[in-house]
Amino acid sequence: MELSNMETSNLNELISAALKSRYADKFIGEEQQYDFTVYTLDKSVIIDALSFLKTDPEIACSFLTTLCGIHMPEQEGAEFGMMYQLQNMQKNVRIRVKIWMSKDNLHVPTATGLWPSANWMERQEYDFFGFKFDGHPDLKRILNMDEMNYFPMRKEYPLEDGSRDDKNDKMFGR
Amino acid sequence: MSIDIKPEFKPDGIEGAGFFATSLDKVVGLARANSLWPLPFATSCCGIEFMATMASHYDLARFGSERLSFSPRQADLLMVMGTISKKMGPVLRQVYEQMAEPKWVLSMGACASSGGIFDTYSVLQGIDRIIPVDVYIPGCPPRPEQVLDGILKIQELTKSESIRRRDTPEYKKMLEQYGIE
Repeated sequence: MELSNMETSNLNELISAALKSRYADKFIGEEQQYDFTVYTLDKSVIIDALSFLKTDPEIACSFLTTLCGIHMPEQEGAEFGMMYQLQNMQKNVRIRVKIWMSKDNLHVPTATGLWPSANWMERQEYDFFGFKFDGHPDLKRILNMDEMNYFPMRKEYPLEDGSRDDKNDKMFGR
Repeated sequence: MSIDIKPEFKPDGIEGAGFFATSLDKVVGLARANSLWPLPFATSCCGIEFMATMASHYDLARFGSERLSFSPRQADLLMVMGTISKKMGPVLRQVYEQMAEPKWVLSMGACASSGGIFDTYSVLQGIDRIIPVDVYIPGCPPRPEQVLDGILKIQELTKSESIRRRDTPEYKKMLEQYGIE
């Protein structure tokens, strides 16, 4: 336990210093969320950063655990976010990299060139949030039905199926 | 020791020494009811209850459904057990369309019947939105006894229906509502 905590903080310091010197003002910030260090970067450098974190022999965060979209409608100008979770398999260190963007520009460069597994993950984020992954080989819906005409995880859309008429106020005494 | 044996079901008719006369409808109905071939369309936990229903303890075979048909073309009864997502809807409908007449549909559990707890954008709010249903079994999931009760209800329908079910105007109208040829 001791050893792994030390390895985590050592590696995180290394990553933090490397990203700061590499990206200067494109490095927006870092914070600790639970046992993850979260690095926030500018969208323009995300693929370069992921590539660096993957291939650097010391950092070696070579495994893309997951990526996921975020919708925060109250953050004006940065309503949508994308989170990449990486893992260093040798040292068992996990980190997150986040980018934020405005709702008017949901273009994100694809990570499929770095990890083939990003293909389906990015299709899922397109499916639920409508992110446009530039360079993705086959950007179409993956989980929802093809006929769906909106992006259901965006917060302006209701969770419930709109077609039910038995769940009105009369039934629930509201 | 004498045992009083009662025939389980005998249609109305004229009986004498060595013969029994009744209408063809009733004989065919009797035969159909006691040899229903179910097609299990199991998508979630209701399917697990159905496995118990099929197994030796509850033994669906006692009611003439010994053989499950995993091809819709040889099945009489479509048993829909579990949550049907909207993406699965066209698949279910195609399975229904591939079944030959006469065919019946049993909707098992809250999800298949109404969407159940999954009142959400991705789940079909009841299979009766895409295919006609004969019997609904309530429960989440229903007990095997309830499944047997549902099968017996289907058998009652089977016995009382005309052998030319498909040709009746009501049936044609019902299929038309669903847009099924």
